[in-house]
Amino acid sequence: MNKNIKLLQGNEACVEGALAAGMEFFAGYPITPSTEIAEISAQKLPAIGGHFIQMEDEIAGMAATLGGSLTGKKSMTATSGPGFSLKQENIGYGCIAEIPCVIVNVQRGGPSTGLPTSPAQSDIMQAKWGTHGDHPVIALYPNSVQEIFTTTVDAFNMAEKYRTPVILLLDEIIGHMREKIDLSIVDSLEIIDRKRPSCTPEEYKAYQADEDLIPPMADFGSGYRYHVTGLMHDETGFPSNNSKVAHQLMHRLMDKIDKNVEDIVKYEEYMLEDAEIAFVAFGATSRAAKEAIDNLRKKGIKIGLFRPITIWPSPQKQLLALSEKVNTIIVAEMNMGQYTYEVERIAAKNCNVEFYGRVDGQPINPDELMKFAEEVLL
Amino acid sequence: MQSELVQKYLREDRLPHIWCPGCGHGVIMHAVIRAIDNLKLDPEKVCIVSGIGCSSRASGYMNFNTLHTTHGRALAFATGVKMSQPDLHVIVLTGDGDTSAIGGNHLIHAARRNIDITTITFNNNIYGMTGGQYSPTTPYMDFGTTAPYGNIDNSFDLCDLAKGAGASYVGRATAYHAVQLAKIIESAISNKGFSFVEAVSSCPTYYGRKNKKGDAVNMMKTLKDMYVDIKIAEKKPELADGKIIFGELYNNPQDEYTDKYQKIIDMLKKEN
Repeated sequence: MNKNIKLLQGNEACVEGALAAGMEFFAGYPITPSTEIAEISAQKLPAIGGHFIQMEDEIAGMAATLGGSLTGKKSMTATSGPGFSLKQENIGYGCIAEIPCVIVNVQRGGPSTGLPTSPAQSDIMQAKWGTHGDHPVIALYPNSVQEIFTTTVDAFNMAEKYRTPVILLLDEIIGHMREKIDLSIVDSLEIIDRKRPSCTPEEYKAYQADEDLIPPMADFGSGYRYHVTGLMHDETGFPSNNSKVAHQLMHRLMDKIDKNVEDIVKYEEYMLEDAEIAFVAFGATSRAAKEAIDNLRKKGIKIGLFRPITIWPSPQKQLLALSEKVNTIIVAEMNMGQYTYEVERIAAKNCNVEFYGRVDGQPINPDELMKFAEEVLL
Repeated sequence: MQSELVQKYLREDRLPHIWCPGCGHGVIMHAVIRAIDNLKLDPEKVCIVSGIGCSSRASGYMNFNTLHTTHGRALAFATGVKMSQPDLHVIVLTGDGDTSAIGGNHLIHAARRNIDITTITFNNNIYGMTGGQYSPTTPYMDFGTTAPYGNIDNSFDLCDLAKGAGASYVGRATAYHAVQLAKIIESAISNKGFSFVEAVSSCPTYYGRKNKKGDAVNMMKTLKDMYVDIKIAEKKPELADGKIIFGELYNNPQDEYTDKYQKIIDMLKKEN
């Protein structure tokens, strides 16, 4: 028997992926349906010499995660909707202070306490707009246990590469689902570590970016004493009210993501070659969409799926190309039409954009997607 | 001597500081660097973490690993730093609102864990940076811009709060008692565990003006008159009547949090 083949839960695969990516620090707070990520981290981290801490609240979980990353340790936290709301201010801190980390949000129904044990895709827009002020966002969303593993590695790699918090969106279904996973890929994974300074401490300017727009990051305690602040700051890292400095920093923060969209955007296309109609769906809903597509194809309907794995920045180029090819895009999501706004923004000038969703705590099933697609075609 | 300390530990290019003339915060920051100097801590291994407010700007002036965080969250960030890199000396500089209002939860839990962090609260009894609103340490019926008819909130005794929550070292001194303050901070940093120091400051600009406390010099004199050294109070209790005690208030070393976690790591290493 192949020892690398395992039956794992999605949340478990997330921790395995994080450890494979080099996670050494986890700080969090219990919340359904993400708690297993904290529990398994608590069990596994000390065994590799890493550190786990359960903080007093969600805000502290985010703050400690950022503190951990500043000492050079790859750091992660995990939460769900209510906790994701509480973490937002410090996520913004991570963006402006350019502190790599991974924030997992296993989505459940909201608003407020909502439906704690039921699935939803309710935080698609919160992932982009949750913290105040303009800021760069990378949000990834896998759809299987195997892909949760690899996407968690991607999330760490992108956080380290671009010096920014990366949001890993899951949903209750894929977080709690058990599936086969092949861990033999561990040996072939590309692991990226943050760029550290090669200059002397005297020459080091903590926020002086290289040509790739990313400043090398020194670990606290490694001999490079520098200042980190959530205030607008110049390349030395110290606060500045200068409008030119603010302009430059804001534009660099956005540009370091915008100029690397090709590298960051990941997606899957399914049966789109000859498609006249397409679903756009992610996470658990994309699995229902695939089944609906298989059944509709049997009826002769030319339908396919575009599945963004990178939710933010959105795969704009690919969605635009899709809109030029199909007559209709159906955005199916477990919310009241969040990603639909983004797809409409990109595609509505070229094709019809329809929304199908539900917010009753039930997953979107293949039958209802088939029915909806057939109605749209009438 | 003073300028030598400034050269050694302050970022002179970041000065002058933002604090108003007569503010007590500079004296407290100076006491912190004197304590660090007396203890001969390696500056590379010192991490100063602060929150938001007048006091929290201190981190920017001090030449260590410095982290100026979000409002109230200094201790939560500091916990992440200490937990992930236990060989760092982590010192949190914060204000009364920052530690005990918005950050109150982090204060009690950091104290409860007895994690090796020294917290120095610059207590000026007011929100200075936002212009003089009442804080959890504004005395009963004193005035603030948000307490125009007098503050009906009861105030915290920050030292009692920290002790009750589990801090293993608690001390208090004022910006007037600068020599004692530095000694207390030194003992607090030396304690391997959670240490809390209430450094009583003065804010002539807002608290003083709102409450007719006189000018900066008068406010310093008030600190001198209102606070009594615990050693004197123990010998002559009558001298402490109606006054506030300062000095080392509690010193009870306990097993430290990151040490306890290290034992788990070592145990798992042995098992494998």
